Amino acid sequence: MKIFWKTGEPYVLATGAALAIILVLSLTLVGTVMTNGLGYFWPRALVQFELKDGSRALGQITQQEKNPISGERRLQLKVGNRDVFGQDFRWIDEKEIVSRTTPVDAVLLERREHGNYFGMLQGVTAEGMSLSGGSPYEKLHQARSVVAGKLDDTRTIKKQMSSLNTTVEGLRLKLQKLEYRGKEKNSSEIIELTALREKTMAEFSLLNEKATATQTEIGRITAQFTDSAGGGKDISLLEIIALQRPNSMSFFAKCGAYLERVRELLLDDPRESNTEGGLFPAIFGTVMMVLLMSVFSLPFGVVAAIYLREYARDGLMTRMVRIAVNNLAGVPSIVYGVFGLGFFVYGIGGSIDSIFFPERLPTPTFGTGGILWSSLTLALLTVPVVIVATEESLASIPKGIREGSLALGATKFQTLTKILLPMATPGIMTGLILSMARAAGEVAPLMIVGVVKLAPTLPFDTIYPYFHMDRKFMHLGFHIYDVGFQSPNVEAAKPMVFVTTMLLLAIVIFASSAAIYLRNRMRGKYTTSTF
Amino acid sequence: MEQTGTAPILSVSGLNLHYGQAHALKNVTLDMARHQVTAFIGPSGCGKSTLLRCFNRMNDLVESARVDGSIRFNGAEVNESSTDVIALRRRIGMVFQQSNPFPKSIYENIVYGLRIAGVNDKTTLDEAVERSLKSAAIWNEVKDRLNDSALGLSGGQAQRICIARAIAVNPEIILMDEPCSALDPISTLKIEELIEELKSKYTIVIVTHNMQQAARVSDVTAFFYLGELIEAGGTRKIFTNPEKKQTEDYITGRFG
Repeated sequence: MKIFWKTGEPYVLATGAALAIILVLSLTLVGTVMTNGLGYFWPRALVQFELKDGSRALGQITQQEKNPISGERRLQLKVGNRDVFGQDFRWIDEKEIVSRTTPVDAVLLERREHGNYFGMLQGVTAEGMSLSGGSPYEKLHQARSVVAGKLDDTRTIKKQMSSLNTTVEGLRLKLQKLEYRGKEKNSSEIIELTALREKTMAEFSLLNEKATATQTEIGRITAQFTDSAGGGKDISLLEIIALQRPNSMSFFAKCGAYLERVRELLLDDPRESNTEGGLFPAIFGTVMMVLLMSVFSLPFGVVAAIYLREYARDGLMTRMVRIAVNNLAGVPSIVYGVFGLGFFVYGIGGSIDSIFFPERLPTPTFGTGGILWSSLTLALLTVPVVIVATEESLASIPKGIREGSLALGATKFQTLTKILLPMATPGIMTGLILSMARAAGEVAPLMIVGVVKLAPTLPFDTIYPYFHMDRKFMHLGFHIYDVGFQSPNVEAAKPMVFVTTMLLLAIVIFASSAAIYLRNRMRGKYTTSTF
Repeated sequence: MEQTGTAPILSVSGLNLHYGQAHALKNVTLDMARHQVTAFIGPSGCGKSTLLRCFNRMNDLVESARVDGSIRFNGAEVNESSTDVIALRRRIGMVFQQSNPFPKSIYENIVYGLRIAGVNDKTTLDEAVERSLKSAAIWNEVKDRLNDSALGLSGGQAQRICIARAIAVNPEIILMDEPCSALDPISTLKIEELIEELKSKYTIVIVTHNMQQAARVSDVTAFFYLGELIEAGGTRKIFTNPEKKQTEDYITGRFG
């Protein structure tokens, strides 16, 4: 036994076991997220139950378990039709079930409001539209394609309206500025601008009327459905975003529907207080915020580390600075959030407002949370990581390399830029990867410096000056918190939480992989082992 | 730059060096002649490398080092704050104990000294690469892979690349700090032959632990012990008929 301990074998086993535990934990995490997230978009069968009391229920089975009180098996059914039944889900005891069927023409509707609708299609009412199709289902399809065309028209109109709106807002601010500077009310400039503004506003209301007219026209086209309880429902085609008959779909049709939902997730805006629809603004906000953060933290961190390692005299002061930097990495992130709010938002942002946009006050421009302040706050949070990584990699370069360069008549700066920094780059990249991963997952500080539940506009668009640093933005991490814990319909939002988590993980993994790929390429360039 | 043949190229007088409290070089006075190989021998820690690093002011990098006394290079004082250290190091090249090729291609290693001096003309650089690699007797081995990383070379090849790198900037003196101590006997032999050839163009100062090496390659040998220069003179004389007892004890292997 003693010999067994002496061989060192147990310690090797212990290290292996530790690694195994970590692996199992991370795989469990990723596995849970993946199984819950990936399955969400698969068109599941609509099952119809006949119950002992004579009633019927139609829906998708979401889970099965033992009733904690009676011990009987029961299943949870997503019945949808929140506007009719009041709830999305209901529990059904298995002993209550008389029969279960999957009716072929059961329809799943994704609606703009009130969640999904499950029921049977009865007919289509389309005034002034000749629908040639035979079955009500074909008719509905025809009507929907007509409506889609009209919706496209309204979308172009809405785009024009929004650009007019921007012009009006710009004119309003210009006028405000002139008045603030003390221009006379009847000066030619003000009169001219006011006239222009009124003209644009007239154009706007004209377009608005047109859009409303089209909307009401489309709104008159409706489809009639009955739900499992027998109640009828007249649903306007405007309300319908997608419709499926999952029970009659082939495997490939299901795959198509799945891909369509993934596309919607990645590219569309959220609906229904974020529990439905896409995540595009949140993905965009997260990525843009992380990139902006890198732009701030990487150069500052590297330069600071260079000074600390290469130029600062190694004394008490340097050592204290180094300790302080290392400790900064351990400060709770919410503290950075509070600091960011006080320093960046109110301090710097407030000063910018009072100097550059005094006419808009008390409405803040930069003096309120926004993507710029969020990125800066997170840059502050992650800069210690970059500093430490850069210092470490500079320190690991052999002394002989520096001396070799200096002995050839290179200045310290030349040695730094031509030899040391290229050699330190892989290490710096490692620091950047860590800081990006941390920034992408951080939520607490963002909640007080610029993240919102729903941002109407992206921080980047085609309107000059393209980057709108003052705008608030959406973030996947906050989305998880908001949808999972702040939403009015938590049960229905649960799959969305998993999907969002999966996306956030995917973004972090993607960003890290890209950085690791770059790092390995550089490593290959700057270090080749000799033997 | 060429002065009369007899004047020493490097002339050290009354040189003292302290590392903090430690007195590393004690009142060293020594002249080195042009186009000769001078070897510094002595036990570890005797200050021979420290003296070598005084010639191109590499000791500036050591914060605790304090130098006084005079080193004249072609008559000009090295130890003055007004001395242009960058220019000095271009004229006094150095090869280190551990070969230290930069993580760049062989070509870029050789032209590094020229590039940082502002030379970027392709033909000039190409010529310098060929000339210095030939002088360092490694041209035939690497001419077909000039764009490969210098980190892939063997120890002996890497050390000759470092010598070529030093030669590329056309120095007057090449300082060698135990250039062969990390090499196998065959590579060592190659470097020694190289030193013999380089002597006609450059002045060489070599620090070595290996007394046979000193005897083989050098014209003048200086023996150091505990920071003091014990004896300096023609190599043959030092090895056959030393004046001082300490020198004799060292070269006969009684200590050190």
